[in-house]
Amino acid sequence: MEIKLWINGKLIKDNVEPDTPMLEYLRSKGCYSVKRGCETSNCGLCTVWLEDKPILSCTLPLMRADGKHITTLEGLQSEAEEFGAFLADEGAEQCGFCNSGFIMNVLAMKRELNDPTEEEIKEYLTGNLCRCTGYVGQLRAIKKYLKSVKGDLGNE
Amino acid sequence: MLRCNDYIFAESLDEAYALNRKKSAAIVGGCGWLKLGSRQWGSVIDLSRLGLDKITETDEAFTIGAMVTLRDIEKHEGLNAYTNGAIKESVRHIVGTQFRNTVTVGGSIFGRFGFSDVLTVFMVTDSFVELYKGGVIPLHEFAKLHYDDDILVNVIVKKNPLKMAYSSFRNQQTDFPVLTFAHAFREDGAFSVIGARPSRAELKRDEENILKDIFSKSQDEVIEAINAYALWISSQYTYESNLRASADYRRHIAEVLARRTVTAIVDKG
Ligand SMILES: Cc1cc2nc3c(=O)[nH]c(=O)nc-3n(C[C@H](O)[C@H](O)[C@H](O)COP(=O)(O)OP(=O)(O)OC[C@H]3O[C@@H](n4cnc5c(N)ncnc54)[C@H](O)[C@@H]3O)c2cc1C
Ligand code: FES
Ligand code: FES
Repeated sequence: MEIKLWINGKLIKDNVEPDTPMLEYLRSKGCYSVKRGCETSNCGLCTVWLEDKPILSCTLPLMRADGKHITTLEGLQSEAEEFGAFLADEGAEQCGFCNSGFIMNVLAMKRELNDPTEEEIKEYLTGNLCRCTGYVGQLRAIKKYLKSVKGDLGNE
Repeated sequence: MLRCNDYIFAESLDEAYALNRKKSAAIVGGCGWLKLGSRQWGSVIDLSRLGLDKITETDEAFTIGAMVTLRDIEKHEGLNAYTNGAIKESVRHIVGTQFRNTVTVGGSIFGRFGFSDVLTVFMVTDSFVELYKGGVIPLHEFAKLHYDDDILVNVIVKKNPLKMAYSSFRNQQTDFPVLTFAHAFREDGAFSVIGARPSRAELKRDEENILKDIFSKSQDEVIEAINAYALWISSQYTYESNLRASADYRRHIAEVLARRTVTAIVDKG
């Protein structure tokens, strides 16, 4: 089937099987940050943005993205690096496997929620599983990161 | 994994219905449930270009399109003001933000899943489903029907005055619920819905008028009436065991959730 979509701002016209999974397709286009951590829509590792909303690329069929914009971590390099530095400073990560889906959702949260409480942060991110850590370092990193971004805005 | 030979964006509901009459066809909502199956579909029919992704609010009702996501109803101010936040409470424990941005109201209600928080919360309101072929029927009736090839177009919630609350019990955050409970004081009576027993949610009315005039009673009378109601309503349902909980455990939780949920509404006044 013919499909036209934008991946990280780049227009792609392609011919695909009707049941092509979005996740595997994005990987085939070089977006290796998009990974599969489960078969049941539970882990959040495959998170990408469709029209700027975080969704599960393991779940929605690729065809649903026809005529639409997908953003992956590859399209948010500098922002991801900025937040990644906070994660590193807090020693939040262990194996790092959960990282890409987690960062995609943190950056979505930053756009969607204004000054979230700890409970709101936890609730927003509860669909991102990490098998190594206890999420405590991540939470510290997020709070410091949000504070610093807000500070930046305040100085503008 | 979703497997199909054809993926069709329906251009009208007529077309979608005609295509869906084939046994090998399926409507795709958010694909959350569909993708768990192993079936090879002939065609999968996508309704996302029919403008069904909107919530319309009038003085009389909310009309929620089949392609509206669970995250949309979670965030909708009018719907949550009307339901005293019960809609948000019912969906916020479902998997995660990204998941709720993905799956739809149409798939959740058409699916009539036994474990459904979504079916439970809508059923306690004066709500209807609008089916392409079957017309507009009360949600609590629709919930009893077998699956067929009809198409769910809208969920309609009538804005009759009510006071309501929702609660669920999970063994673990984001897991399927062990039990779901919704209660509403409406002009036509006090209603409860208990779901995830683990069978489909069912609506029952306070036929014994145990909660009658509850808002004008003294503190002691309120406690007594709510305890009596919790015991009564929880005994009106059948419960079964599965890997999440036993039937007896569910019956016990039902009584507790009934007491807490009704108390929360009455305390608010
Ligand atoms: C891992 C997981 C955990 C979940 N946890 C919970 C939970 O805790 N609580 C809860 O309430 N729910 C839960 N759900 C269910 C979820 O919320 C959705 O209800 C479910 O995914 C179906 O919605 P969908 O949009 O994905 O529909 P789909 O999977 O696309 O479709 C579901 C079914 O409905 C049919 N269908 C879809 N739309 C229509 C339509 N408009 N007309 C006619 N037929 C239609 C499809 O053909 C299919 O048979 C969970 C689901 C998963 C996969
Ligand atoms: S791969 Fe686990 S939620 Fe998508
Ligand atoms: S650090 Fe290993 S899964 Fe999160």
